[in-house]
Amino acid sequence: MSGSGSEKIYSKLYEQAKAKVEPKESKARVLVGTATCGVSAGALKIKEDFEREIKEKDLDADVVEVGCIGHCYAEPMAVIAKPGFPPVCYGYLDEGLVHRLVEDFLGGDDPSYEYALAALERNDVFPTFEDFPRGVYEQKLILENCGFIDVRDIESYIVREGYSALSKALAGKPAEVLEEIKAANLRGRGGAGFPAGIKWEACLNGGADERYVICNADEGDPGAFMDRSILESDPHLVIEGMILCAYAIGAHKGYLYIRAEYPRAVRHVQEAINQAREKGLLGSSIMDTEFAFDLDIFQGSGAFVCGEATALVNSMEGKMGMPESRPPRLASKGFRGKPTILNNVKTFAYVPFIINRGADWFKGIGTDHSPGTAVFSLVGKVANTGLVEVPMGTTLRQLIYEVGDGLPNEKEFKAVQIGGPSGGCLPESALDVPIDFDSLHEAGAIMGSGGLVVMDEDDCMVAVARYFLEFTQHESCGKCTFCRLGTKHMLDILNDITMGEGDEETLSLLKELAEDVRDGSLCNLGKTAPNPVLTTLEYFYDEYRAHIEEGRCPALVCRNLILYYIEPPKCSKLCNVCVGSCPTEAIFTRDDGLKEIDQEKCVKCANCLKACPPEYNAIVKISPPVLPPEKEKKTK
Amino acid sequence: MQLMEGEKEKILSSVDEVLSNSSKKKENLITILQKVQAKLGYLPALAMEKIADGINVPAADVYGLATFYNQFRLNPPGDHQVKVCLGTACYMVGGDITLESFERRMDIKEGETTPDRRYSLERVACVGCCTMAPVVVVDDEVEGKVTPTRVDGIMLELESKNGKAESKDDPGENQVTHQKEGEQE
Repeated sequence: MSGSGSEKIYSKLYEQAKAKVEPKESKARVLVGTATCGVSAGALKIKEDFEREIKEKDLDADVVEVGCIGHCYAEPMAVIAKPGFPPVCYGYLDEGLVHRLVEDFLGGDDPSYEYALAALERNDVFPTFEDFPRGVYEQKLILENCGFIDVRDIESYIVREGYSALSKALAGKPAEVLEEIKAANLRGRGGAGFPAGIKWEACLNGGADERYVICNADEGDPGAFMDRSILESDPHLVIEGMILCAYAIGAHKGYLYIRAEYPRAVRHVQEAINQAREKGLLGSSIMDTEFAFDLDIFQGSGAFVCGEATALVNSMEGKMGMPESRPPRLASKGFRGKPTILNNVKTFAYVPFIINRGADWFKGIGTDHSPGTAVFSLVGKVANTGLVEVPMGTTLRQLIYEVGDGLPNEKEFKAVQIGGPSGGCLPESALDVPIDFDSLHEAGAIMGSGGLVVMDEDDCMVAVARYFLEFTQHESCGKCTFCRLGTKHMLDILNDITMGEGDEETLSLLKELAEDVRDGSLCNLGKTAPNPVLTTLEYFYDEYRAHIEEGRCPALVCRNLILYYIEPPKCSKLCNVCVGSCPTEAIFTRDDGLKEIDQEKCVKCANCLKACPPEYNAIVKISPPVLPPEKEKKTK
Repeated sequence: MQLMEGEKEKILSSVDEVLSNSSKKKENLITILQKVQAKLGYLPALAMEKIADGINVPAADVYGLATFYNQFRLNPPGDHQVKVCLGTACYMVGGDITLESFERRMDIKEGETTPDRRYSLERVACVGCCTMAPVVVVDDEVEGKVTPTRVDGIMLELESKNGKAESKDDPGENQVTHQKEGEQE
């Protein structure tokens, strides 16, 4: 293998890319965040507005689609980079603001700082994202390029040292890559945290003439979108990681298993693969060496259980995605019966960094047993929702209150749900748990794929447990009896509890069932499905008891245990807003002018509660659902 | 669901076309189903039988796959597709109430299509804009913060589109294709 050859090729690629990208970057550019989160907030229209305005004013500026900038609360957003100014990021864009920015900033010289979120480079004029409270805790590694590179242009990745790790690795032996990954103690980011290096070594020693590399991008957790964002915003990073893995274990064929529900990710990755092939980074002789490797996309069809390794492989073989018992592990007998490496998107994304900067550098970040960073999608009742990356070992409190800027509307914190349907709900007392694989496991939750949902006093923990169980029950593949029937039975019990039925015995039965389902299931879907129930039972037992003993929902959520009531002294009599807001015509005007809710017709949608003008604020929720005495007097 | 006029021929020709363009191995079954659904919008029973014949597996296996994966739909999509997000964030702010309101207005359950094929209603896991919860996707357009009153508004809009579509050379349709082009860019 001609070692220096790959490095020569790389420097040629780099020069080419630089020659192409530099003139582009030397003129004014508008970078619009068009990952799915941005698009659903209207980013494509914003992009059109920018293009139209620039054309109308005949300015020399490019509009570029980039990925997710990570500050989802401010979508749609864009970065304007104009020579002579620091690049400035603007959020909450609309047509009027676009018009103003084009006229004043691109056309004139006023960056309109009053509308800016932050600058992206240090300067003397305007603070950067690093000056935000969250900047102290954040450390962007695999999200570094997200939102700043042109997702549809491989050269934009190459000028940021993209594929340099590959050229470095190809100049050396495959074993060196494996040693580096092992030394870095890179743990799988799919949730369980199994060391990637050990997995790779097992696959390498698995015999057989053929091996496969598969990237697991079957991100099915409701409330988690990190994998999608990375694939949409920086696809080449994942591809480079996969090529490096293939080189280390001697594989020649790889697949990216991406959910068909992520059409943008599929499209961006396919384009990236095509461009990499053109540049000779995929194919028969990568960077003019003898190493051959190619990638294809397999579109998953939306089954949560297919995130499980054996189920994923089954579904790739055209079967139902049902898990099988392990061992044999995939590393010895996987896709088409051959040794297979299956790693998460994020795991592959760390690989180029480790090869480039070394295992010691990687171990310097995070904790001793969980080196590196953790990526979370922070959603729910938190002020700054979005995609965040922090070093392992950061506490949940720092993550929620500093990075996420606390809870909105001055509400009281109640719980944080971590790890999706397989994770658990942790209360206030557990907020000082550091985030790493082992500590979270001890607390009863799991790292999972990294969805983090914050809940406040208005969220009912029984309803939350019921919601997650409904999800896993629906997604259970039906192979194991406990998972198939046990979760169904647990769901029935939880449904009863949200209606106020049950007694002390119901709760112990629920706990018993949860433990049985955990022990009697083959794969992790079943083993972890009871986690939301077990953790809420442990930390929020009083809420369960309030439901069954008092028929009361403390958070005023469970619809069978609340009713809406118009307080007569507060009602203005003259305004008809609530009557108009009711979708089922349940609110009527009484003979004395006061409004009243016909409880038979009420569907408890809370429309009237939101509609009632704040100066009256006459509508309240009552739990348990017993009408106040003066109302009952009237009806008698 | 009753097949429309001329639909049978369309199903048969689409299945033939897909089968002739892909290798008839069981490993490709999911890809074949995805392609057929892309052409027809759903997987009618007839199409599944034909595919089973084509690659020589029992029809029950094909049906098993189609029902196992969420992506495949057994009901035809309506002219207007409404998808209600029930991800964690949407659920917590009352996405289920929104879904119920749609069920009430359309007089169907989630996953079904109205008999005149005007509307279809689905629930989806997460469309990825949790900050705008509860979210509804109407014909590829995302609507945020949808309350039951807004549901009435959405249905009124759709009905007026239908009315126009019937009376003139449907401007409603143009609008929809325009959005799809935007999405593909």
